[in-house]
Amino acid sequence: MKTKIYPIFLIFVFSIIFFLFYKGLKNSNIYTPNFKSQINIPKFQAKDFENNKTINSEDIFLDDKFYLLNIWASWCVPCREEHKFLMNLHKEKLIDIIGLNYKDNHLKAKKFLDDLKSPYKIILKDLDGTIAIEWGAYGVPETFLIYNKKIVKKIIGPLNENSILEIKEIIK
Amino acid sequence: MPTPKEGLGLNPILQDPALAIHPPVLSLGYVGSSIIFSSALAGVTLNYISKDWAKHIKSWVFISWIFLTLGILLGSIWAYYELGWGGFWFWDPVENVSLMPWLSLTTLLHCILVLEKRNILNSWAIILSITTFALSMCGTFLVRSGILNSVHTFANDPERGLFILIFLFILIFLSFFVFFFFHKNENKTLINLNWVSKETAILINNWFMMYFLIVVLIGTVYPIFLEVITSEKISVGPPFFHKLIIPFLIPFLIFMAIGPQLKWIKSNLKNKLYLILFLIISFILTVLIVKNLSINFFTNTILLTAAFFLFFITVRDFFKKKFSNLSQNISHFGFSLLILSILFNNIFSSEIITNLKIGETFVSDKFKISFNDIKQKDEQNYKAIIGKFEVIDSKGSNLIMSPELRIYNQPNIVTSEADIKTNLLTDKFMTMNLVQNQDYFNIRYQIKPFMAWIWISVILICFGGLISLFKKKYEN
Repeated sequence: MKTKIYPIFLIFVFSIIFFLFYKGLKNSNIYTPNFKSQINIPKFQAKDFENNKTINSEDIFLDDKFYLLNIWASWCVPCREEHKFLMNLHKEKLIDIIGLNYKDNHLKAKKFLDDLKSPYKIILKDLDGTIAIEWGAYGVPETFLIYNKKIVKKIIGPLNENSILEIKEIIK
Repeated sequence: MPTPKEGLGLNPILQDPALAIHPPVLSLGYVGSSIIFSSALAGVTLNYISKDWAKHIKSWVFISWIFLTLGILLGSIWAYYELGWGGFWFWDPVENVSLMPWLSLTTLLHCILVLEKRNILNSWAIILSITTFALSMCGTFLVRSGILNSVHTFANDPERGLFILIFLFILIFLSFFVFFFFHKNENKTLINLNWVSKETAILINNWFMMYFLIVVLIGTVYPIFLEVITSEKISVGPPFFHKLIIPFLIPFLIFMAIGPQLKWIKSNLKNKLYLILFLIISFILTVLIVKNLSINFFTNTILLTAAFFLFFITVRDFFKKKFSNLSQNISHFGFSLLILSILFNNIFSSEIITNLKIGETFVSDKFKISFNDIKQKDEQNYKAIIGKFEVIDSKGSNLIMSPELRIYNQPNIVTSEADIKTNLLTDKFMTMNLVQNQDYFNIRYQIKPFMAWIWISVILICFGGLISLFKKKYEN
């Protein structure tokens, strides 16, 4: 009897281990800190850069889709630096990029976009900077990755190759 | 964006010569265990696990063991010099994954010696042969499937992971089948172990090794299991391993010293007074060393005493036994040296972490570090920023350290290259890192005594194995 118990017990234990490993394989191993404490995006209203119409934030960020919110300004030098990365993302059509034009002069912002082209699907105006505050932004430039109305990742400062890779990894 | 013509390129931390030989050597160790595994299973089905089998398989056990040990050593050296982590072992999951088969193989090695001499511990030998290979496969699975995150998970793919997982468990279940179906433990009643004999000492230490193995195994896979069950992410760090392993290292070291002094089958305790004498000498020496240091007196004293005890006993054997059993003695001596070096490395190392700008000087009671200059250099595949630091210690001797930051172009990654000044007694180690958006550099300066001895002692351990491999007769 004893000889039967051992093999059965071992097979049982190892089957459980197999199952756990198998489940573990399915888990993503990309470590995004604070994944659990994802912050809901703020609800706000803003004027459209192109036509000055008022837009509700809920109409922009739909569920089940990734968005990138990029806070920029024509006076911000690092924004020029990161612009090429945004343009690349835009050309690859991987993600919709929403611009938030922060405390800017409309004409200068327009010139900025004429010079460098616009990667943005929609641009919102934040003349007094309150929307950026609601988002908890530290400054310009700053970029938020949004999924299901939640902030998945926040990149402070200009984007670079690494942060673009990370973003691509998450939205894959 | 145009489609890139080339892949990302080799990760810069892999563009290092030490890394070119580390994986093949390690892999030889892993693959060697498959020979032992197949032979053990074949032996079980033919009911041939005996003295003769042990004689045949012994050299293969030694060969895989030597390569595995060397492979781990090379990996450890690479992590120290290239990754700039400032240590030799980090309990990184992938390091653990190589340590587990090593522990199992080392235990097997001792079992095979007992089996060859006394024709006992057959089941141990079979189970350990299976375990060693299963753990090697398990390592492949953990590293290559992407189930865990570590510096080693360069290329992972869950689909390949599933393949390896299924392969691994087919092997495990097949070995169970073979073991339970064919293995007959006939001579069970014949085993008559005397308390004071070499085989008992080996058996006791085998149990300790199994314990170490289980600790490492749990520390490695527990985070994975926990994440599956509760989706909570934890990481198990050095304190877990240290707390669970260090206390048991003490009796382990003592048995390791006493075991070779005993005879096979039955030994008497006459003329063994010198053991106690050596223990007392070790204790006094340790107390002299430890008492002036502000460290935990109790654990350090006992641990150092045990390590010194093994050290002195093996040194005595070099004179007493001359060439008989030289291989075992060299390996055990190497192990005592390893533990001593690790302990001294821990106790006497010091570290300074500070942020400095060019032209600034950091002053502490022990050193003065001045950040003199910074240079740029263009190499073929990277740009280097080389800092020039002058370190002046309390004795007034000065040292120029030049750690580097390397900006690789293919792929675009910044790595930090430590500047390490090695000599027989101490290593001086400096790394520099860029502080984001500032002109400060983060400087880490470490003094690590006995680093070189850690490498030397592992080489000695391997060397012992090598001698045994080439020696025709095992003990007279």
